[in-house]
Amino acid sequence: MTSTEDLIQSLAADAKPVRRLRPPFLRACGWLAVFVAGAGIVTIATGAWPDMLARLKDQRFAVELLATFATGLAAVIAAFYLSLPDRSRFWAILPLPPLALWLLSSGYECYRNWIELGPQGWRLGRSSDCFAFILTMSIPVALALYWALRRAVPLDALRVLIVGGLGVAALSAATLQFYHPFDVTVIDLAVHVTAVVIVIAIMAAVGRAGLGIRRSPIR
Amino acid sequence: MDSETNQLDHEWAVLMAAAQTGDGAAYRRLLTAITPYLRSIAARHHRERADIEDSVQDILLTVHAVRHTYDPARPLKPWLAAIARRRIIDRLRGQGRRRARETFLSTEHETFAAPETNTYEAEPDARALREAVAQLPEGQRQAVTLLKIEEKSLKEASAASGMSIVALKVSTHRAVKSLRKILERGREET
Repeated sequence: MTSTEDLIQSLAADAKPVRRLRPPFLRACGWLAVFVAGAGIVTIATGAWPDMLARLKDQRFAVELLATFATGLAAVIAAFYLSLPDRSRFWAILPLPPLALWLLSSGYECYRNWIELGPQGWRLGRSSDCFAFILTMSIPVALALYWALRRAVPLDALRVLIVGGLGVAALSAATLQFYHPFDVTVIDLAVHVTAVVIVIAIMAAVGRAGLGIRRSPIR
Repeated sequence: MDSETNQLDHEWAVLMAAAQTGDGAAYRRLLTAITPYLRSIAARHHRERADIEDSVQDILLTVHAVRHTYDPARPLKPWLAAIARRRIIDRLRGQGRRRARETFLSTEHETFAAPETNTYEAEPDARALREAVAQLPEGQRQAVTLLKIEEKSLKEASAASGMSIVALKVSTHRAVKSLRKILERGREET
């Protein structure tokens, strides 16, 4: 085994110039801008906006959509901060308040549906479509986020991937609202939550091998 | 943080900023300067000197790999300490895993912990094997003697015995099966 002095010599000899990472907030904003532009183009091209603007007049729906989107924004920003060694771990709780609001607002809607419609409130909506939508849309978004986070070589990749996965799933769920022209039933909500959990789990499981610092060669 | 620590951190931050632009001399000075600091962190978690040094080298390698993530506008020490902590935890976890499945040997250990390794009876018994081979039917005995004991190739064995290659293969397979049976029987009897 080499001595520490030898190691320092060889590392110093390898001191190639490196491109510094920009501040995490700027990187997150850049990534989110690309996402919003992409999602904007798709939703305009598919003519989803007139319906959406009409539905946004319903205050409860507006709150739910905003909370979903805010969860996505907050989780992505948090993931960029968490990917750096010297940033607080408490960034991980940034997406929790909007997440709570999201679950509460859609949960409240389920409850209202149930009271108004009775057993109909439990009907299985077009849940399987929603499920497929969230999962399918999450794949490219997750790949894009993974690619952006990779440059930071996070020391604790799992935490970054879980928070990032939440961001990806929430952004997909927010986009889903453009193509979800009916109120959420209890089953729908359960399906959404399940899809979000699956996205987080897949991202954490698949990404962990590649993201982050490699195990030490020194044993 | 007192002013002396502040001063030190500022110096390190300047050196790291220079290192990020490819200044090898500044980088060497920085790595040399931070090594005692890293060693002091590592010494809080490891007892063995070798472990401390391995941890320090781990941390230095990681610092090298992620040096582009350091923002010179921020203090260097917290960045360094976070990397050091993470690396030490990784090492301790790895050691925990290894200890769970390996037995470390010292001079006091004359033999291994697994009981099987201490039973002399289980050692291959050449005499029993020769006797077992002698009990085999003619074809099987010839095949196993040529191929397994004299270690001839299938072609050579075929030429020597006049048996076809396929017949040799079948006989050897049967012979091994019979030997296993004979030897097991012998072991049960003793």
